[in-house]
Amino acid sequence: MTVRTQSILWVAQRASAAVLALCVATHLATMIYAVRGGLTAAEILARTQGNTAWFAFYSLFVAAIAVHVPIGLRAVFGEWLDWRGASRDAVLCFLALFLFFFGMRAVLGVFQ
Amino acid sequence: MSTLQVRVWRGGAKGAFQAFEVPRHASQTVLDVVTHIQRVLDPTLAYRFACRVGMCGSCAMTVNGQARWTCRTHVDKVAKNDAMEIAPLRNLPVIRDLVTDMREFFDKWARAKGQFSGSLSKKEDFQKVKPESPDRVAVDAAIECIGCGVCYSSCDVVAANPDYLGPAALNRAWTLQKDERDVAGAERLRAVAGDAGCLSCHTHMSCTERCPKQISPTAGIAGLKREVSLTVLRGEL
Repeated sequence: MTVRTQSILWVAQRASAAVLALCVATHLATMIYAVRGGLTAAEILARTQGNTAWFAFYSLFVAAIAVHVPIGLRAVFGEWLDWRGASRDAVLCFLALFLFFFGMRAVLGVFQ
Repeated sequence: MSTLQVRVWRGGAKGAFQAFEVPRHASQTVLDVVTHIQRVLDPTLAYRFACRVGMCGSCAMTVNGQARWTCRTHVDKVAKNDAMEIAPLRNLPVIRDLVTDMREFFDKWARAKGQFSGSLSKKEDFQKVKPESPDRVAVDAAIECIGCGVCYSSCDVVAANPDYLGPAALNRAWTLQKDERDVAGAERLRAVAGDAGCLSCHTHMSCTERCPKQISPTAGIAGLKREVSLTVLRGEL
């Protein structure tokens, strides 16, 4: 992997962290609000299904996770397990796709 | 006369601590203690020093678990219950006893493009640098490094990633990035970016806490991170 790519990954890690800070705060606040209000699952689904704003928000959340987690684990694997090189990066590319696929599957589950 | 119980590392990577009893004196430094052991108790003890006044950066050792410059560290400050443990610097191969192999440490300065590259020939006049310019102020804050290796020895990222250039080399690169006479900035930025460079710093700040010259390599590394980020976003890295 080139130094340029490594540096792009670092910037992506920081940018996705900034997005996640907002997303996690919004998500937690919404969860607490929903539970306090005593909403049922059916009532929550009634609010999320077809709601493009929530769909866009959680799609962004999932994309940020799919970017942030594998890059963070890349450093953890290198420094803690001494696992570096192409095999590590290939596994983490797969993890990014895995997180994005199943994350979006969940988002679509409450949107459709 | 009171005495000091000193345990000193003997051997190479594998070895053991050896106990010595050293007379206590007023204003005694850790280097004084090591020198007493070598001159009076055991002449086979290997250690390194030169100036004895905090200029050369030769005498750094691990004292009671912390890297320190021993010539300027008073025993009063570090001894606990009149006892002290002295070991070679961490993160460097041990040659023998308290002497470490510093080659990798200084090779990394070269890898970080730690050499000045000017554009003027000797026929031209000196380039003037205003002392109050922001770049020169940044250089002043970081330029007094004596290359003792205390920061490198204290850095957990070096321990986890042996390729990591380390605080001293990156601090050197930072002083050159801020030197307005230097023309190798783009090349140097490529040398200090990436997994082995400034982007791997965890900002633990051990280097800043332990630097005997009160330099903050962490600040310089943060500056390099900013430069790398902006350069890569411009597509120029």
